[in-house]
Amino acid sequence: MLEIKNLQVKLEEEDKQILKGVDLTVEAGKVHAIMGPNGSGKSTLSYVLSGRDGYEVTGGSATLDGEDLLEMEAEERAAAGLFLAFQYPVEIPGVGNMTFLRTALNSQRKARGEPEMSAAEFLKHIREKAAQLQITQDMLKRPVNVGFSGGEKKRNEILQMAVLEPKMCILDETDSGLDVDAMKLVADGVNALRDAGRGFLVITHYQRLLDHIKPDVVHIMSDGRIIKTGGPELALEVEKNGYADLKEGA
Amino acid sequence: MAALPARKLEAAEALLAAHPAPQGEGAWAREARAAAAARLREMGAPIGRDEYWKWTDPSALTAPEAPAVPLHAAGPAIFADRGALTVVFVDGVLRRDLSDDLSLEGAEICTLEEALAADIHWAREVFGVLEARGQDPVARPLAAFNTAVAGQGLAIRATGKVSRPVLIKGVRESETSDALMHHVVKLEEGAELTVLEAGGPGARVNSVLEVEIADRAAFHQIRAHGPEAERRGAWHLFARLGTESVCKTFSVAAGGRLTRIEQVAELTGDDAAVHLAGACLGEGKDFIHDDTVFVTHDAVNCESRQVFKKVLRDQAKGIFQGKILVKPDAQKTDGYQISQGLLLDEHADFLAKPELEIYADDVACSHGSTCGAVDEDALYYLRARGIPKREAENMLVMSFLGEAVEEIESEDLAEEMRERIAQWVMDGA
Repeated sequence: MLEIKNLQVKLEEEDKQILKGVDLTVEAGKVHAIMGPNGSGKSTLSYVLSGRDGYEVTGGSATLDGEDLLEMEAEERAAAGLFLAFQYPVEIPGVGNMTFLRTALNSQRKARGEPEMSAAEFLKHIREKAAQLQITQDMLKRPVNVGFSGGEKKRNEILQMAVLEPKMCILDETDSGLDVDAMKLVADGVNALRDAGRGFLVITHYQRLLDHIKPDVVHIMSDGRIIKTGGPELALEVEKNGYADLKEGA
Repeated sequence: MAALPARKLEAAEALLAAHPAPQGEGAWAREARAAAAARLREMGAPIGRDEYWKWTDPSALTAPEAPAVPLHAAGPAIFADRGALTVVFVDGVLRRDLSDDLSLEGAEICTLEEALAADIHWAREVFGVLEARGQDPVARPLAAFNTAVAGQGLAIRATGKVSRPVLIKGVRESETSDALMHHVVKLEEGAELTVLEAGGPGARVNSVLEVEIADRAAFHQIRAHGPEAERRGAWHLFARLGTESVCKTFSVAAGGRLTRIEQVAELTGDDAAVHLAGACLGEGKDFIHDDTVFVTHDAVNCESRQVFKKVLRDQAKGIFQGKILVKPDAQKTDGYQISQGLLLDEHADFLAKPELEIYADDVACSHGSTCGAVDEDALYYLRARGIPKREAENMLVMSFLGEAVEEIESEDLAEEMRERIAQWVMDGA
C-alpha cells in the first residue's frame, strides 16, 4: 500500500539532510510501528509523506497504491487516502469542529468524484464515531481544538481519522501527553479502524502504546535511516535496553 | 492657537457653499446648524497633515462634489429576513413610498425633517449636541459639516423594549449622489433598540448617528456593506451612555474604496458597557478602510471593548486608530482593545495606532495590535485533511474575523453576518 524507497529529504532552508535513504513498505491491513530516538527523522517522515512545506526531497520515492505521493499537494494526498494524526494538533479559533470535519470530508469526496454528504447524513455519521471515542456534543460544536486538553486533542485526531476513513493512517506520537486511560481510549479508537484493507504507520518513542495497538512489524529509525526491522519483540527490546545497542549494531 | 492652513478653511467654506442648510426648520434647529457650521469653520476641513488623517487621504470626502460612480447591480439584500421595520433611503433621500410605515411598538419614529421642524424636546438635546461633545479633544470636521447641512435621516425615540429592529436601507440610483444623512436616537430608561444598516445610499456618504442611551437602556447597531468597489464614505457614531446602559456596534465592509468610520463613545454613568467591533475585506491599491475610535471612561466600573479585524490583499490598506481615555474618577475601569490585520500577500498594509490615556489608578486596560500572514501550520493542518488551499485560506480568514463577529449579541444576526462574510470571502471580495 505505502511504499517508500530510498527516500532522502533535506530542509528547504538549511543544508541539513534529515532522511538519508528510508526504505519501508506497509502492506494493506498491517500495522507497522516506527520507534527511534529524538531527532532520528520520524516526524520528518510523517510530514514529508503528508505534504508539509519546507522540505526538499533529494532522492527516492513514496507511493500510495502506486500513486506518486510526492507529486501531490497535501489535500490531494488526503483525498488519495493518506491521513496523518498530528503530534501537535493545531487550534483553529472560530471554525467549528463539525464544520471543519464536514468540509474536509466533502472536499475529499468531491476530489474523488463521489457525491457530497448532506448535513443530516453527516450528523449521523459523526455521532456514531464520536460516541465510540467519548467525544461530547460540546467538543463537536467547539472551535477546532480550542480549549481542548492534550487528551481531547488526540481523541479529536482519531475522530477525524474515523470520520474520513482513510486507507493509510500515520500516527505521529499520538501517545505523547496522554495518561493511561486516554491512551487506552485512543488505542481502542485505532483498533476499531483496523481491518483487512487499512494500513497503519505508528510513530512512537515508547513501547507502551504498542501494548494497546499491537504492531505486525516494528522498525527502528536512527539518523535518517531504518536500521532494524523485526516483530513486536523488537519494541520490547528497545524498552529494556534503549536505542544505544541497536545503533552500535547497525 | 496657530492659524489654520488656508486650504483647510477654504475647503470648509467650499463644502458649506456646495451644500446649503435645509429650509423650513425650527429656530432651535437653525441655531444648532449655525453652531455646527461655526465649528467646522473653526477647525477647517480635514487634510492629510492632520494627526488623525495622516494615513487616510480625506480629499475624496472633502471635495465639494461627489465623484461620479457607475451604477452596478445590487447584491443580495442583507437583513431582509430579520422582520425589521425598513426605511429606504435612495441616494440619501428618505422614500416613504418604499419604506414601511414608521410605527413601531415601543418607539416613536419620525424623519429628521419632521423632528427639526417641530419642537421635540428630546431631539433638541441630542441633535448636534453629542456630535459637538465628541469634537473634544479630537476634531471631527466631517461630522460638524454633516450636522450643519444634512437634511435627511431618522429620529427615533425608544421608550421600551423595541421588539423589531429598524433597518436603514441604502439604495443608489444616481451616479453622483452625495448622501448626507443624520440620525438622532434616544433610548429612554430601560429601553432596547437595534438599528441595522445595509446598502450604499450614495456615490459618496457622510452619515452621523447620535445616540443618547439612558440608564439601563441597550442599543445595538450592525452595519453591513457588501462588495462595491467604488463606495466612499465617512460614518460617525456619537454615543453617550448612562448608568448600567449598553452600546454595542458591529460594522463590516467588503470592498469599497474609502471607508472611514469614526466612533466616539462616552461612558457617563456607572456600570455601563460599550463594545465596538468591526471587520473588513479589502483588495487592491484603491482600498482604504479606517476605523477611528475614541472611548471616554468618565464613570465608575464601566467596561469598554474595541475589536477590529481587517483582511487585506494586494496593496489594500487598513487603518485603526483607537483610544481609551480614562478620566481621574473612572475607577474600576475595564478597557480592552485589539486590532489585527491579516495580510494575504506581501503588498497589503495595516497601520494601527492604539492609544491609552489613563488618569485613574484602579484600572485594568489591555490592548494589542498584530499584523501577519495566514498561519502556515493551520493552513497545512486543513490541507492535510483534504481541504483545498484556497478554501482552507478562506476558512482561516473566517477564523480570523470570528472574534469580531462574536461581538454581535444576537445569535441570529451574528449567524447572518457569518454567512454573508463567508460568501464574500468565497467570492474573493
